[in-house]
Amino acid sequence: MEKHTLSVLVENAPGVLTRVAGLFARRGFNIDSLAVGRTDRNDVSRMTIVVEGDRSIIEQVTKQLHKLIDVIKISNITEDEYVDRELVMIKVAAEPSQRVEIMHIAGIFRARVVDLGRKTITFECTGNEGKINAFEESLRPYGIKELVRTGKIALMRGSKSVTVGGQSGQQFEDES
Amino acid sequence: MEMTVAEALVQCLERENVEVVFGYPGGAILPVYDALYDSRKIKHVLVRHEQGAVHAADGFARVTGKVGVCIATSGPGATNLVTGIANAYMDSVPLVVITGQVPRQQIGTDSFQEVDITGITLPITKHNYLLKDPQRLPTAVKNAFHIASTGRPGPVLIDIPKDVAQAEILFKYPSAVRLRGYKPTYRGHPSKIAEIAKLIAKAKRPVIYAGGGIISSNASEELLELAEMISAPVTNTFMGLAGFPGNHPLFLGMLGMHGTRYANLAITECDLLIGLAARFDDRVVMNINHFAPNATVIHIDIDPAEIGKVVATHVPLVGDAKLVLKALLPLLERTDRSEWLARIQQLKSEYPLTYSRDCGLKPQFVIEQLWNCTKGDAIIATDVGQHQMWVAQFYPFTKPRTLVSSGGLGCMGFGLPASLGASMGAPGKKVILVTGDGSLQMNMQELGTMMEQGLAVKIIVLNNQSLGMVRQLQEFYCDGRYIAVNFSFHPDFEILAKAYGIKAYTFRTEEEVVKTLPDAIGSPGPSIINCIIPAAENVSPMVLTGSGIGDAIDCR
Repeated sequence: MEKHTLSVLVENAPGVLTRVAGLFARRGFNIDSLAVGRTDRNDVSRMTIVVEGDRSIIEQVTKQLHKLIDVIKISNITEDEYVDRELVMIKVAAEPSQRVEIMHIAGIFRARVVDLGRKTITFECTGNEGKINAFEESLRPYGIKELVRTGKIALMRGSKSVTVGGQSGQQFEDES
Repeated sequence: MEMTVAEALVQCLERENVEVVFGYPGGAILPVYDALYDSRKIKHVLVRHEQGAVHAADGFARVTGKVGVCIATSGPGATNLVTGIANAYMDSVPLVVITGQVPRQQIGTDSFQEVDITGITLPITKHNYLLKDPQRLPTAVKNAFHIASTGRPGPVLIDIPKDVAQAEILFKYPSAVRLRGYKPTYRGHPSKIAEIAKLIAKAKRPVIYAGGGIISSNASEELLELAEMISAPVTNTFMGLAGFPGNHPLFLGMLGMHGTRYANLAITECDLLIGLAARFDDRVVMNINHFAPNATVIHIDIDPAEIGKVVATHVPLVGDAKLVLKALLPLLERTDRSEWLARIQQLKSEYPLTYSRDCGLKPQFVIEQLWNCTKGDAIIATDVGQHQMWVAQFYPFTKPRTLVSSGGLGCMGFGLPASLGASMGAPGKKVILVTGDGSLQMNMQELGTMMEQGLAVKIIVLNNQSLGMVRQLQEFYCDGRYIAVNFSFHPDFEILAKAYGIKAYTFRTEEEVVKTLPDAIGSPGPSIINCIIPAAENVSPMVLTGSGIGDAIDCR
């Protein structure tokens, strides 16, 4: 099954996430990841949704999402040039004797230490999905205590963009 | 102007030209009712159960084309609306539903009569609002009416916490709607329309398959013009019935599971299928591999999500049926397709819709006699079940908005309250409800509303003393192991009618129907016309699960 990355602009209004998540559940679409946060405009949030499915499923997902009044714009950026990042925090078991070795691995992945316990180290690492997966696999032999990933966020490269139109930062009066 | 949100709501409804609201009061909605007290323009119809309110608003919307409005209180009031909201959503009926909610500070605390109705109705509304900010009321109402009535219509719910309803605001009704996430496409793409015109010109055996969107976009005249221009036979979905004259030589009747065999065979044989404002529902398509196997498929619909959802489409076109047809018609040439029409005629005479008059009073006969009484000049509401299919098969609707019935949801209990709403929406017009003894008993309490409002609905009960459609399913799919379909207690509908002061008739023979039905239908005032029909009567033909629509069986 192919993975598609949708960049979705939505109203920054209560219940929008429920509407989107509910739609996926109800229509039997699989969300691989979903990351949401507001954009440069207070009234607009961006959801980066990674969906698994063939072309016809993605077409239905897109069309059904469009039917939500709070969804402003959807772009399937999968086939465009885009940059994507994910952030992971991994708490790994690290006895003092193993720390050097673990720090060496973290260095390779340009991960940063964000917390240090007596027997654990917590790293943060950003990158694309492949890098994050590789980092996770490299630490697995030491014992991963806890792990959290943000899900993928993405923007199109260069001057191409997915925006609501109008000036950046301008508020939309009379929003829904 | 300074006023409470409840007063502002009434102002908004008046600005939207709402003349009638159907509702049931309660604690959380108290401020709204208190504000309604002062309205001279809005008539409130008190129903007997909230489900009655939403179905009545639905019936009103279907016959008028306007937005139906209903009101209920929080908690059970709101949940009683749910079935009716789902029904309107499935059949794309424009409704604005207003519910009371517990005060804001109590939301989320399981307080008395609290229910998360915006959460519950998320999948069955086109949009909904939980109004937390009193200032947002005018915009929310403006948007709600706009969303409900434009694009593909549907229900919109506004949930108003009690303290919000009581809050004071400076009222100003917005003059325009600004919804950046909602811009329906009405005009079809010209290049696609040209492509469609070319395909039509090339086609040897075209069939027009038209759905409920014909009714909601008021495209009946254009559809008739199209069919006659290109000499293409027309089949309607159940929702599309009355969108094309039922007595027209090009009409094939309804298609699908209980459709005519000639409609289904025409679909199977056609080389061009023009899907117009229909959604290729499973009861129409049945086995997808055998649906229009030889055809190029054109799909015209206002909802892009319907296109390509069920069948692969060769030419998709998003747009309003009426506007698309208006743009398409000038590109077409009058075509003679006598060979194809002769084949259609042959199918019609080979596989006519018939029934046997072997024993007792047959429901199909009653429907035919009803047609003789009305000649199409009446609004027919139905409930759900066998009687509904018999109406679809044997009553040739000729004018749009004369059929009021629950299609997509198949909601028993819809008929009576919907017929009341229809009657309110079409004063002076005869409204006849065809129902079954099962369906009628699902919302029978609304007889009280009918009498209180002085409405004269004629209620024809096709009484087989059982749940006939389910019985029929059990006959075919459960080897006749009948369970939970035969009522062993039957109310005496004559005495029931008497309790409400309604005139009652009971018919057991064809002679009685022929002799007395015209009077029962023609006389003023409401009536209950109880027709005792054989319990074993089946709806025929029938396409069994898994079969293609060309392979219907005769199950008389």
